[in-house]
Amino acid sequence: MTRLDVRKTYKLYIGGAFPRSESGRTYEVVSAKGEFLANAAMGSRKDVRDAVVAARGALAKWSGATAYNRGQVLYRVAEVLEGRRAQFIEEVAASEGLTPRAAGASVDAAIDRVVWYAGWTDKIAQVLGNLNPVAGPFFNVSAPEPTGVVGVLAPQTSSLLGLVSVVAPVIAAGNTAVVVTSASRPLPAVTFSEVLATSDVPGGVVNIVTAQTAEVATWLAAHRDVNAVDLTGVAGADGVDWAALEREAAGNLKRVLRPVLSDGVPVEPDWTADPGLTRIRAFVETKTVWHPKGL
Amino acid sequence: MPKFEYAPAPESRAIVRIEKSYGLFIDGAFTRPKATFPTINPADETVLAEVSQAGPKDVDKAVAAARRAYEGVWGRMSGAERGKYLFRIARILQERAREFAVLETLDNGKPIKETRDVDVPIAAAHFFYHAGWADKLEYAGLSASGADVPRPHGVVGQVIPWNFPLLMLAWKIAPALATGNTVVLKPAETTPLTALLFAEVCQQADLPAGVVNIVTGDGRTGQALVEHPDVDKIAFTGSTEVGKAIARSIAGTSKKATLELGGKAANIVFDDAPIDQAVEGIIGGIFFNQGQVCCAGSRLLVQENVHDQVVAKLKRRLATLRVGDPMDKNSDLGAINSKAQLDRITSLVEAGVAEGAERWSPECALPAKGYWFPPTVLTGVSQTHRVATEEIFGPVLSVLTFRTPQEAVAKANNTAYGLSAGVWTEKGSRILWMADQLRAGVVWANTFNRFDPTSPFGGYKESGYGREGGRHGLEAYVTTAPATLTGAVR
Amino acid sequence: MVTVSTTTRTAQDLTAQARDVLGVSRLTNHALTSWLHGLPGVDQVGCEARAAALGTRSVKTTSKAWAIDTAIGMIDLTTLEGSDTVGKVRSLCAKALVPDALDPRTPRPAAICVYGDMVATAKAALGDSGIHVAAVATAFPSGRASMAVKLADTRDAVEAGADEIDMVIDRGAFLSGDYLTVFNQIAEVKQACGAAHLKVIMETGELVTYDNVRRASYLSMLAGGDFIKTSTGKVQPAATLPVTLIMLEAVRDWRELTGVQVGVKPAGGIKTTKDAIKYLVMVSEVAGDDWLSPEWFRFGASSLLNDLILQRQKLTTGAYSGADYVTID
Repeated sequence: MTRLDVRKTYKLYIGGAFPRSESGRTYEVVSAKGEFLANAAMGSRKDVRDAVVAARGALAKWSGATAYNRGQVLYRVAEVLEGRRAQFIEEVAASEGLTPRAAGASVDAAIDRVVWYAGWTDKIAQVLGNLNPVAGPFFNVSAPEPTGVVGVLAPQTSSLLGLVSVVAPVIAAGNTAVVVTSASRPLPAVTFSEVLATSDVPGGVVNIVTAQTAEVATWLAAHRDVNAVDLTGVAGADGVDWAALEREAAGNLKRVLRPVLSDGVPVEPDWTADPGLTRIRAFVETKTVWHPKGL
Repeated sequence: MPKFEYAPAPESRAIVRIEKSYGLFIDGAFTRPKATFPTINPADETVLAEVSQAGPKDVDKAVAAARRAYEGVWGRMSGAERGKYLFRIARILQERAREFAVLETLDNGKPIKETRDVDVPIAAAHFFYHAGWADKLEYAGLSASGADVPRPHGVVGQVIPWNFPLLMLAWKIAPALATGNTVVLKPAETTPLTALLFAEVCQQADLPAGVVNIVTGDGRTGQALVEHPDVDKIAFTGSTEVGKAIARSIAGTSKKATLELGGKAANIVFDDAPIDQAVEGIIGGIFFNQGQVCCAGSRLLVQENVHDQVVAKLKRRLATLRVGDPMDKNSDLGAINSKAQLDRITSLVEAGVAEGAERWSPECALPAKGYWFPPTVLTGVSQTHRVATEEIFGPVLSVLTFRTPQEAVAKANNTAYGLSAGVWTEKGSRILWMADQLRAGVVWANTFNRFDPTSPFGGYKESGYGREGGRHGLEAYVTTAPATLTGAVR
Repeated sequence: MVTVSTTTRTAQDLTAQARDVLGVSRLTNHALTSWLHGLPGVDQVGCEARAAALGTRSVKTTSKAWAIDTAIGMIDLTTLEGSDTVGKVRSLCAKALVPDALDPRTPRPAAICVYGDMVATAKAALGDSGIHVAAVATAFPSGRASMAVKLADTRDAVEAGADEIDMVIDRGAFLSGDYLTVFNQIAEVKQACGAAHLKVIMETGELVTYDNVRRASYLSMLAGGDFIKTSTGKVQPAATLPVTLIMLEAVRDWRELTGVQVGVKPAGGIKTTKDAIKYLVMVSEVAGDDWLSPEWFRFGASSLLNDLILQRQKLTTGAYSGADYVTID
C-alpha cells in the first residue's frame, strides 16, 4: 500500500510569516502540462499593502546591517537552496515543463546566482563608491546606499532562476523587497520563501505575494511608500500595460527598472547570461558627504 | 547709521554686448528671430533683449541637426578629439568669464560676486573636468561587465532652470558631449542670454554644427523637446511637478531621463557646533542666490538648548547682509528672478505667518523697481507648517528645534524630498552617524552649498533621480549594459 | 588725540572678577581649562572662507578715503629692532607728527611703539601731540624671563612715561595647558601697568590653531587685557585675516558676556592699503562699528603708513603717486 503524501498549503510570505490572502481567495495552479498542482493564495492589493508595511519595517535593520552580514545571510540562502535542490528541481520541472536535467541546470544556476550576489554585498560600495578630489580643503566621498523598499514584478516564465535573479540584487544592496510572483508559475517562489524563512533572512526583508500580476501591479507601482519598482515581470503578464505602471510610478518618482524590450515589446531576459551590475545600480542611491579638512 | 558705508562699486556692463533680438542656435548658426518675447533684468524691470519662442517645428529642426551631428560627426569622433573641443570650450569660458558673469547677473538678478566667483568659474571647471573623461570612459567602471567602452545614447534633450543658467548648462552639456552625445538644450524662459552667448563660444571653438543646439522658449518648447520621438534621453533640472510630468510622458518608451528636482533641506545645528562657522553656513545655505537653490538649507533644525543663541547670532549676522543692485560688487543678495517667483515667496511667507510663525527681517531698503524680497527668518515653525514642507525657493529660513540626534534625523527625513542636508557638530562619530541616517543625496558636514565637478549631485525620493558630476554623473549619458540582456534603468 | 579707557586693576581684583565670570569659588587651572575648552570650536576651513569673503569687499571713492584716514589714525607706528637708536626713534616720531609733508590734513598715527629703553626719547619727541607711546615689555618677544624681570620691564617702561604696554604671554605655559600661569602673569602685569593701557600679545603664529587663538583671546580678556594683539612681528605667520576674525568675534562676544569692551590689534605683515581696508571691513562687519576707532582697533605696522599715504595722495591728486613723494622715516 502506498502512503498518501501530505500536501503543502501554498501561502503568502509577509513579514516572516505565512499568511493566507486577506481576501480569502485562492487560484488553481497547473503544471506546464495542465495538471493540477496546487491552490495558491490569490494575493490582493491589501496583501501588497501589508507586504509594503513589512518591507518598510524591516528596512532600517537590513540596510543598517554590515555588508559582511548581508553576504553571510545570502550565502546561507544558497546553502539552504542547495539542501532543497531535489524539491526545487521537481517544482521547476513541473512549473516550467522542463526535463529533470534542464530543471536541474536551472536550479543549479539559481543557487550559483545567489552565491554570486552573496559575494557582491561588500564590494558594491567599493566598486560604485568614490573618493572625489574636489578643488578645495574637503574630504568628499560618494557611496551607494539602498534605495529603500523595492517592488519587484518577478518574471512570468523563469520561476526560480528568474526569481532569484531579480530578488538577490535588491537585497544584496540592502533594500527590502515586495515580490509579486509569476502568476502562472508561483509555486517555486512559495518554496523559496520557506528557504528565506530558514536562512537567517530577517522577516520582512523579502515578502512574496502570489497573485494575478495585472490585479496588484498597479497598486504596487502607485504605492507612495515604495521607492522603486522592477518591471521585469510585465513580460508575458496578462493584461499588464507597463507604460501605465511607469506612469503610476512617477507619482512619487520611483526608480523604475524597465523591462527588456524587443521591437518595443517586453520580453523576459536571458537569465543564463552574466547579470552584470545593472540590477544593483538600479536600486542604490549615491550619497555624497563633504567635510572640511583643517586643524 | 554705520560709520563705514561702502560707496557704490558697480561692475561695468560695457564688457558685454547684448543684441536687440536673438534667434535660435540650430545646426551651428543662429536663425532669424521670430515670435519673440522679452527677457528682462529683474533688478530694474528693463528689457534686455527679445528672444525667440521655439515652436515644435523649430524643435524638430534642432533635434534633426543634433541627430545628423551625432551620426555624422560626433558619435564617430575619437574620445580624444571630443575632449579637445571641451578643453577649448573651458578655456573660452575662462577667457570670457567676466562677460558671462555680467550677462548672467543682468539676466538673472543674482549678485555679480556670485556669478563672478561661483557660477562662471564652476561652469568652466565642469567643461575642463569632463573634457578629460572623453577618452577615458572605459576606465569609468560603467560597463556592465568586461571592458567595453560605454556607448552614448544619441540625442539628448536638456531643459534647465533659471537659478544657475550657465552653470546648469555646463552641468548638462559637458557630460553629454564628453560621452559622445549631441544636445538640444532649452534654457529657462526668463534667463536665456548666457545660453545664447554660450552658442557663440561653440562657434569660437569650431564645435561641429549641430553638436549643441539652443532653443529658447517657455514650457511649451520644453514639452516639445521632452516629447520629441527622436530624443533618446532627457536631462531636466527644475520643479518636482514638471519632473513628474516628464517621468509620465516618457513612461513606456525607451527614452532615458535624469531629473534634478526640488528640495527642502534641513541644516542641523548641534549644541557643540563651531557656532560662528555654523552661522555662516546657515546664511550661505539659505541666502546664497536669494535662496533660489534646490539644495538650499531652508529648514534650520537647531538643538533646543542653543536655539536662542543661534538665532541671536543669526539675526546679528543677517543685519550685515547687503541687499541691492546685483551689479554692485558688494551686494550679498540681489533680485528675485521674476514677478511670479516673488509672488510665490510672498504668499508662502504670508501663509507661514498665518500659521503662527514669527517673521523677522533686518532693516534693509529695497529698490523701488524690480523684484525684491528681504532676507527673512521665520521662527516658531512646526513641521506641519507649509513653510516647513513646501519649497519656497526664496531667501526665507524656517527655524525648527530638536532635542536629540534621533529627533533631528526624524525631522530632517520627514519630507518627500531628499536632495541635501547639513550637519554641524564638532563630534566626528556623530557626523558619520548622521550622514548615514540622512536620506539625502548630498550631506554637507560643517560646511554647506559646496559644489565641484568631481562631486556627484542629485537627490533621493522626490528630489529626482540620477547624479550630475563626478564619475557617477557620466552614468546617465551612456548605455551601461547590453539592453537586450538585462533590462534598462530608466 | 587718542583716548583710551583704562582702569587701574589689581591682580586680586582680576582674579575675583574671573571667579565671577567662570562661576567658581577658586580660580584653578582646572576651572580655567573647563571654561576655555568649553568655548565653541572653530572650523578652520569655514573661518578662512569667511575671512576671504570679507576680503572681496570693494571699497571705492569716498569710502576708500574714509578708510585710509581711519587706518592711518589706527597705526601703532613701530620700530622694534636691536639696531634702534635715539636717532631712529626721533626720526620715526617726526614722521608720526608729520606723516605727509605735502598734505597737513593727513591724520597722525595713534602711537609710536618702541622698546622700553626708547620710551623717554619717544615721549620727548612727541611732546603734547597726543600721539601715544607704546612700549613692548615682559621680555619681548620671547617672554622667556622670570616674572620679576617681566614686572620690572613693565614698571620701567611705565615710569619712563609709556601710555601703553604691549606684553607677551608665556606661550610655553599656554601650550602646556598651564592657563593659570598665563592668567596670573597677565593680571600681575596689568597691575604693574597702573594707568597704562595693556595690550596682550598672544603670538598667534606659535599658537597655531584657531581654537588656541580663541582660548588665548578669552584668557587674555579674562585676565584684564585692554587689547588683544596677534603678534610680536618676530614670528611668522604674524597677523592674518582669519586670526583677526577669531579675535574680533571674541571681543564682540566678550562684551555681550561681560559688558566690557576690549580692543584688537593685528600686528606684523600688514603692509598695504588694500590689506588695511580688508581689516577695517572685517572690524565693521564682524565686531561692529563700535570698534572702528583707534580706541578699539590698532594696526601694529611700519611700512603700512607710507602705502596709505601713497593711496591718499592718489585720491586727493587724482594721479598715481610714487615712492619719492612720501618720506621714509
